[in-house]
Amino acid sequence: MNAAKPRTLFDKIWQGHLVDVQDDGTCLIYIDRHLVHEVTSPQAFEGLRLTGRKVRRPDATLAVADHNVPTSDRSKGIEEEESRIQVETLERNVVEFGVPYFPVLDKRQGIVHIIGPEQGFTQPGMTIVCGDSHTSTHGAFGALAFGIGTSEVEHVLATQTLIQRPAKNMRITVDGELPLGVTAKDMILAIIGKISTAGGTGHVVEYAGEAVRALSMEGRMTMCNMSIEGGARAGMVAPDEKTFEYIKGRPFAPKGEEWDRAVEYWRSLPSDEGATYDKEVTLRGPDIAPQVTWGTSPQDELPITGIVPDPKDAKDDSQRQAWSRALEYMGLQPGTKLTEVKIDKVFLGSCTNGRIEDLRAAAAILKGRRVAGHVDAMVVPGSGLVKEQAEKEGLHKVFIEAGFDWREPGCSMCLGMNPDQLKPGERCASTSNRNFEGRQGKGGRTHLVSPAMAAAAAIEGRLTDVRELLN
Amino acid sequence: MDKFQTFTGIAAPFDRDNVDTDLIIPARFLKTIKRTGLGKDLFNAIRYNDDGSEKPDFILNKEPYRKAEILISADNFGCGSSREHAPWALKDFGIKVVIAESFADIFYNNSFKNGILLVKLDRKTIEDLLDDAQMGANARLTVDLENQEIARPNGEKVSFELDPFLKECLLEGLDDIALTMARAPQIDDFEGDDRARRPWLYGDAPAA
Repeated sequence: MNAAKPRTLFDKIWQGHLVDVQDDGTCLIYIDRHLVHEVTSPQAFEGLRLTGRKVRRPDATLAVADHNVPTSDRSKGIEEEESRIQVETLERNVVEFGVPYFPVLDKRQGIVHIIGPEQGFTQPGMTIVCGDSHTSTHGAFGALAFGIGTSEVEHVLATQTLIQRPAKNMRITVDGELPLGVTAKDMILAIIGKISTAGGTGHVVEYAGEAVRALSMEGRMTMCNMSIEGGARAGMVAPDEKTFEYIKGRPFAPKGEEWDRAVEYWRSLPSDEGATYDKEVTLRGPDIAPQVTWGTSPQDELPITGIVPDPKDAKDDSQRQAWSRALEYMGLQPGTKLTEVKIDKVFLGSCTNGRIEDLRAAAAILKGRRVAGHVDAMVVPGSGLVKEQAEKEGLHKVFIEAGFDWREPGCSMCLGMNPDQLKPGERCASTSNRNFEGRQGKGGRTHLVSPAMAAAAAIEGRLTDVRELLN
Repeated sequence: MDKFQTFTGIAAPFDRDNVDTDLIIPARFLKTIKRTGLGKDLFNAIRYNDDGSEKPDFILNKEPYRKAEILISADNFGCGSSREHAPWALKDFGIKVVIAESFADIFYNNSFKNGILLVKLDRKTIEDLLDDAQMGANARLTVDLENQEIARPNGEKVSFELDPFLKECLLEGLDDIALTMARAPQIDDFEGDDRARRPWLYGDAPAA
């Protein structure tokens, strides 16, 4: 390795975490932070138990239950038996292995990718993993963060390392400013539409450009969160003053003299001038409109001003088949205006859009308006602290007065592991991240949108261009 | 993990791009705390009707594909979530090899950790193998990992690329946690150096 060669943010973090490199190029990398939840960890802890292994660094590990928890009153425990067993199993495991844990009734409980940043557990330059593909969220802080499977969870618990091959570098630049009514969610959906759902496979994406730099930390998290929907295991944004400001004073943030040392290190992380990327993609911010998905893959997205595509216009047979299947599943006719698609439900929440800024954006549209009579709308804050903050700001009143259900934090209807599910045929405008068949419930139909677009859809009872509701 | 041995098995054609992990195993089946038993719910949504009866048109509900050990698919197989339940479900059903044009990264790693071999081939070759897989009782392929070859029913051989480390892990049935634990001195060294460089990353969690 030539030390003088300009390096990317990813190169710097990767090289700074190499424990060992085998002759065949396989790397052993050190993991700084490990987030654990109830769904992908029971078999990993069981593996440790069977082999008599311990958790190497409980101080670098943080556990929470989020996927299974009901979002209604849970002071009496979880009714559904399998969900309860999974949460109880996590509670037993964290005691047995000495892992820090936020209990379900603790106000710090929430979606694992919301609470990491919220607690200052997520910091620039770190390697962060979790048995969850949306771990890419944490890349917003200039960390290398990616999802792993349960066998790898066990590997990290036991050794604090992972066996990996280096990824390739990809840079996605969004130049210029985003128009009014266009958010981080619209930007990432537009990117996925452009690169396809496999466009980032084998790569770590660095998001750059004026439109990205202008985003709040919340917006950057929304973008990095959906990197995996573009095939990339990790997405990152170079840390800057906004990043440091967000972290400062949070419970796990460095303090005193260590804070100064940390910031100095963090400032060394952004990609060097002249660093090269294996793949480059550029979009123009001013060209991006509010987006909505029409099909069953996140790449099936269009500006809200668009019409449902016709399989006759597909580029090849394979796409034609995929579009036909998607239209049948979604119950849509080619040529229909997207703004004419009537919805039954609205879900506002998830690790993609369950942060305070998301709630504020939706509330700003909802203020003084009512949810359409036929629409069932719910808002699920990403964590107990997000909920508390929203209540402090009076946002809950705006939601409740508009006709939304105000719920307890968790993953909820993003994947329907708890009772929050779509029924077959129900159509939902959702701020979550996946519109796969059956994702939000068997036969459920998902249209991915931003929080502001979800609020607009709730009011009009159909997919709606939020710009029409902006004064 | 069992060692991967050369075998001849039924190959099922499943020519579809972007087969996601929610399709392979829907989220409601992730509530198990075990690795086994997921095979019956593999591809649940497209395999069963609402009343639980089988959809007769679905490939794995037809003979001889009920006993398929090889699945042939298209582009970006295994995209979506990190759930290892996806390879667990495939393995529990009896699938030992998935052949596709490309695979999503996390699914790729997860499969090898469970002894499932994933083979990447170009579209043209996949189409040949899909044709072979349409041959019913004769839809049999032989997978030889040692020589990195798949033998078609007509005797023709197709070779494939594979990372040497992954190959060794499969052939030897290696437990990679044990391999890494043997490198504990290097991990100790790294932590020692790193603690001096980034001391703020070491220590107890803050009090509630």
